Amino acid sequence: MMRNRGDRRVPARNQGTIRLALLVAAFGVWNAGCSSEGITVVSWGGSYEAAARKALFEPFSAETGIAVHVESYNGGLAQIRAQVETGNVHWDVVDLEFADAVKGCDEGLLELIDIDELPPAPDGTPARDDYFEGTYSDCGGGAVYYSTAYAYNRDSFTGERPSTIQDFFDLAKFPGRRGMRRVPFVNLEMALMADGVPTEEVYAVLSTPEGVDRAFRKLDTIKAEVVWWEAGAQPPQMLADQEVVMSTAYNGRIFNAQVLEGQPFTIVWDGQVLDYGQAAIVAGTPRLEAAKQFLMFASRVESIAAIGRYIAYSPTRRSGMSLISTHAETGVDMLPHMPSAPENLTRALRNDAVWWTNHAEELTERFSAWLAR
Amino acid sequence: MARTLSRARLRAAALTLPLLAFVGVTFIAPLGSMLVRSFHEPHVADALPQTLASLRAWDGASVPSEDTFRILATELRRLDQQRKLGGVATRINRLAGGMRSTIMDTARALRTAEPVSWRETLTATDPAWGDEAAWLAVRRAGERYTMRHYLNALDLDRDSSGNIVAQSPDRRIYLPLLLRTLGVSLAITFICLILGYPVAYLIANASPARANLLLLLVLVPFWTSLLVRTTSWIVLLQNQGVVNDLLVAAGIIGDDGRLALVYNMVGTLVAMTQVLLPFMILPLYAVMRSISPMYLRAASSLGATFWQGFVRVYWPQSLPGVAAGSLLVFILSIGYYITPALVGGRTGQLISNMIAYHMQESLNWGLAAALGVILLLAVMLLYLVYNRLVGIERMRLS
Repeated sequence: MMRNRGDRRVPARNQGTIRLALLVAAFGVWNAGCSSEGITVVSWGGSYEAAARKALFEPFSAETGIAVHVESYNGGLAQIRAQVETGNVHWDVVDLEFADAVKGCDEGLLELIDIDELPPAPDGTPARDDYFEGTYSDCGGGAVYYSTAYAYNRDSFTGERPSTIQDFFDLAKFPGRRGMRRVPFVNLEMALMADGVPTEEVYAVLSTPEGVDRAFRKLDTIKAEVVWWEAGAQPPQMLADQEVVMSTAYNGRIFNAQVLEGQPFTIVWDGQVLDYGQAAIVAGTPRLEAAKQFLMFASRVESIAAIGRYIAYSPTRRSGMSLISTHAETGVDMLPHMPSAPENLTRALRNDAVWWTNHAEELTERFSAWLAR
Repeated sequence: MARTLSRARLRAAALTLPLLAFVGVTFIAPLGSMLVRSFHEPHVADALPQTLASLRAWDGASVPSEDTFRILATELRRLDQQRKLGGVATRINRLAGGMRSTIMDTARALRTAEPVSWRETLTATDPAWGDEAAWLAVRRAGERYTMRHYLNALDLDRDSSGNIVAQSPDRRIYLPLLLRTLGVSLAITFICLILGYPVAYLIANASPARANLLLLLVLVPFWTSLLVRTTSWIVLLQNQGVVNDLLVAAGIIGDDGRLALVYNMVGTLVAMTQVLLPFMILPLYAVMRSISPMYLRAASSLGATFWQGFVRVYWPQSLPGVAAGSLLVFILSIGYYITPALVGGRTGQLISNMIAYHMQESLNWGLAAALGVILLLAVMLLYLVYNRLVGIERMRLS
């Protein structure tokens, strides 16, 4: 088009069109230039995103000069799928729940990352051996462990306080309302653990129709007293207002309420369900190189452990365990607050992401039907 | 003369083209594509053409032949290499829980295996392949045009021989939810009418200055963010909230007898009524303002009591507003989503919450589309009944 202008005269009535075309082209270039300046990383908002900002995004930009634009979302694969299917990818790296990472990887929505490409541990142990079993997929390695456990407000109890997962389901011993997340995940597992199923058999029992019935029967015993929550910010609020006497919650949220707000909350680690997140690259991103650089940075043991200085989520790499130290702002010792601390693991279940990708839809329908009755 | 007139008419019609194009692109096209999704599911049929062709000849009563096993293995391998297997496995899994991992594990095993007998290799990786149920699920998932989303949305299912049967009672969810949605919408419409009618009457008959002030009071909450209003209701209604505190302080209820006003149907009804009330008041007000006070005066000068005058003179004239307001509130509440999600708790969920789940989380867009179509048909049916009873030409929005 530029050559055209010099070569021959353009009819006057076309000049307007050409000017418009140039404008559009210039805008396109400007637009592309803008987005190539940095990468877009999508996280979960709230205190977890704030931790990732300080522990990952800012140090990464300082080291590489690549800017990180942060966006927040509420999980799920719907937006990633829409971007990949329309070929208009503007998210580069997304922090996913592990079940979604596995599913998205299988469906080709995420870039393949060979586990051997990820940085080794400081002592040279390859990443493959350094990650805990099952915490990496074909699209990258896990980030941090988080846990759903139940917590209570000490002000709600004058006498004996709950200490086991059975107590959560025991209305006679501890009357009062309970908060639970309005999804089948975690709740069905906790119900079975409270009903006496050993942790290593929970998913085997839940794979049988009788096992599912058994879990729902256990949930039936407290159904009338349950307040259902949706967002992670709700349980600490409900506990502070004494709207409920105990509630399942993400341990990081309770930690923040305990340490930063001084709330009289106690976490009961018995029967906790551990899960982990994973950062992955959206398939077909035009900024693949920068996104990979970020993923490698975020997979370093030091980076993963740094998140644990701002929120009580612990590393998914073995070599990260010795790096757990103190809270960056208050100096509180972090280890006792970590879901993977040995004394918190006496009865702990690891969430089986693959099992849930098989059964989530069916059990969510059943759970919704059960709720509505 | 006639020619210039028709040209002017054409030019006027041309002015609506941008709007028509806008509606076409942003409304009709997406709606149409969702409608198609509810019965058209080509994904599995496109991914496993040869397996499905070979299953067409299969009797369905015993495990398929070695040949079918070989064809399936070849197609699974190809899909695995193209990274397209996940979507296929998810769809088959919807028809038989557990098939997703059966398929993914098999594909993973096939990456290295060089089998002599395909049948033995596949059943050794996952015994599910030795059961006809797995193959029936593959065959059914391969139907390009299917009614299964509609069956699912109506709490129906097919048994192994293909007959339509009712879903097992503990999985029946959509029909009760649809009925509940219709019931709640009717209740909200009725409450809005009871509350809104006197307010509209008051505004229509007040002095201009007072009418403006009252209208502002109606409109300010209307302009406030929906989320802010909904969360304020949580603050007011919760167990330790303002309303319960006042009742306890007044000695009406005891401290341990606090009322459950939120996270249940009460919360949904209260919050949705407040959110939708302006949609009732404004059309009512518009119609009432045009009713001359002379009519009521004439009625009373002819000896009618206030009630007789109201029932026989005023109410019939305000009916167009009642019709417009009720229809508006009813249709808005039938698709309401955020408020029930936030304050509905266990018993206050509506059908739109389930549609959102299938759109955003399970990614079962076919089922979401079928639910949407059923909801749309229900609304259209009610609209027709309404038209018969009230008459749509009598409805006035202003």
